[in-house]
Amino acid sequence: MRRVAVIGAGMTKFVRRAKETGKELSFEAARMALDSAGMEIKDIQCVAEGTAPDAFDGMHMKAEYLSDGSGAYGKPYTRSFVGGGTGVFTGVHGWWHVASGMFDTCLVVGEEKMSSCQPHPQGAFLTIFDNLTERQLGPNLVWIFALEMNRYMTRHRIKKEDVALVSVKNHGNAMDHPAAQLGMRITVEDVLNSEVLAYPVQRLDISPTSDGAAALVFCTEEVARKYTDNPVFVDGVGWHLDTAYWTDRDLYYPLYVEKAARMAYKMARIDNPRRQISFAEPYDPFDYKELHHMEGLQLCKKGEAPVLTREGVTQRDGDLPTCPSGGALGVGNPIAATGVMKLCEMFWQLRGEAGKRQVKNDPHTAVAQAWGDLMQVGTVVVMRRGGEHP
Amino acid sequence: MYEAAVKAYEDAGVEPRKDVESFVGVSEDFWEGTSIFDEYLPDQIGGALRPVCTIGGDGLAGVANAAMQIMTGRIGVAAVESHSKLSEVDRPLKVLQMALDPVLNRPLDLNPHALAGLEMARFLDGSGAKRNDCARVVAKNRRNAIANPLAAYPARVTSELVLRSDETFSPMRRLEMSAPADGATVLVLASEERARRLSDDPVWIDGMGWANDTPTLEARDWARARYAEWSAKRASKMAGWPSKKADLFEIDDTYAYKEIQHAGALGLCKPAEYAGFIREGPPINPSGGSLGCGHLMDATGLFRLGEAVDQLRGLAGRRQVKGARRAVVQSWRGVPTTAGAVLMLSGRDGGPAGAGKGAVA
Repeated sequence: MRRVAVIGAGMTKFVRRAKETGKELSFEAARMALDSAGMEIKDIQCVAEGTAPDAFDGMHMKAEYLSDGSGAYGKPYTRSFVGGGTGVFTGVHGWWHVASGMFDTCLVVGEEKMSSCQPHPQGAFLTIFDNLTERQLGPNLVWIFALEMNRYMTRHRIKKEDVALVSVKNHGNAMDHPAAQLGMRITVEDVLNSEVLAYPVQRLDISPTSDGAAALVFCTEEVARKYTDNPVFVDGVGWHLDTAYWTDRDLYYPLYVEKAARMAYKMARIDNPRRQISFAEPYDPFDYKELHHMEGLQLCKKGEAPVLTREGVTQRDGDLPTCPSGGALGVGNPIAATGVMKLCEMFWQLRGEAGKRQVKNDPHTAVAQAWGDLMQVGTVVVMRRGGEHP
Repeated sequence: MYEAAVKAYEDAGVEPRKDVESFVGVSEDFWEGTSIFDEYLPDQIGGALRPVCTIGGDGLAGVANAAMQIMTGRIGVAAVESHSKLSEVDRPLKVLQMALDPVLNRPLDLNPHALAGLEMARFLDGSGAKRNDCARVVAKNRRNAIANPLAAYPARVTSELVLRSDETFSPMRRLEMSAPADGATVLVLASEERARRLSDDPVWIDGMGWANDTPTLEARDWARARYAEWSAKRASKMAGWPSKKADLFEIDDTYAYKEIQHAGALGLCKPAEYAGFIREGPPINPSGGSLGCGHLMDATGLFRLGEAVDQLRGLAGRRQVKGARRAVVQSWRGVPTTAGAVLMLSGRDGGPAGAGKGAVA
């Protein structure tokens, strides 16, 4: 198996309503990733696209429409999707293009333009439910995540104040991200006083809806040496999808994330993630999800994530910085683009290029993760900086 | 999905909960009437709490991705699923219209099949293809389908009858457009090592290629199927043999003229010489094609790959092409796309990635 290097990354600003089309957003991100790698589109042999439901953009076969914007004209091009897990999965999708030996270079692009969905993208989520058993109830995502959040908090006796700390941290971290939509200094009281949407979920517990795109350049180790002295490597990938019958599962713990993480760690030869991983970008569309996912990623024991958060371990200057980018809560959450943004953050942090966001623990290994569908999918990518070996 | 999966696993001799290490589905949300339809993939195919993902593309794109997973060495056995349930889609034309550029094309409120009519006119104008040959493709494929128990539209029709059917999108006639069908296909892929343990007669993927031309209607080369030319070139380079050397072909025939255009793109024969090629050359679409079997949307390529696998294993019954050792399968995603793929298979002489046994339902 060939080791896959990352040599470029780029992303658009995440915004509530972009004037650009999805195609243009994809182009901008792809162009930035190529510029950062020092490449032209002719140097790219194939494109791996990630974009989640067609209902957001209102485009049937959305990836076909996006293809030329993503640099795929005349090239092998396919689109993968696993709901909210799509973004990080696009990194997995791009990884096998190069690791298989089929291609030496691959452009990885994630795009989402949610604002096209009127009056609000939440409407698109009405159509994700089983059309015989669930859709008639008119459920939406906030409701079912309220169930999950409640179950998680109840099982471990977690206080809402501790969950709110994640929102405070990630919105604050995003203040240092030039492409962030929602960087702001808030307090635990702000979160607790924000509008209740479906208890225990309040407005500041949730990431915003966003438009945006992000992209990376993957290549072989050999190609990477020609372009940079400072490559980053994709050393582990994992993905698992659980049953669609989410009502049959105990929602207090994301077993599918654990399985995906173990798959990635085995490949990256990580046997003690808490010690061997410098920082993490778990998926945080809701503040409790960061905690939930830290546990699934084996970065702490079940129920321990709120304690680490309270103790400051997950701050940027802590021992295990978590969502140093600002995450989905702060940078914004254009679904598939968010996951790729998290991959971009690992690239920038591991190269020491994250500017004011740079974590302080001399990072060598990082993990990013995304989640989605009916609380059902975990996608995981482990990256290492050059010079480190699995 | 369940039925096709059970048949495929039974045929391949694999236990999905134990032996299959990755599951790849191929679907598009709007056809399903469900957003992020990948949610509903795992349970029916034995993939719950396992590595499962969805590719929004043609069935062959799903196979290409599964094959790449296997080629990394991290996955030993993978299953690929695709299906069509078009009978449940209330207004398929409205869905297809949603694939048109929302700024430039959708406001025209055109029937997307009209794009095929326009392309056919351009094709007949510049390629030397004969009008009557398009009609003959219909007669051939629907006749071939008579021997295919899975086909939805087997019939004896003459080219005269085809040319007398309604002119739907000039110069295209109604019978020159494939009609929708429901169905599902699951194929099991394996690494060379696993395939040799599982099977005495695996079919090997020698080459694969896939490509996109521009999605922009105004910017594409309407005279050629460049996505097919590029895919064929890449697949052939990987396989190390030219597509001409195959003993049978399963070529996209969503519209009758497309079979002739795609055969040209694969380098089989010039469009002007198609009638002679059909008479003397290797069989094109012995399955009956989309015209004879029905169009399965993105499951089409996978279904036709299943046919090629059956042929190379000598299991094609009355359709069997005698002594078939090599096959080429080519797919296209239909209007308004320019996405296509080519797979090159061999029955007995080995290749880089192995296709295990496959089955169709």
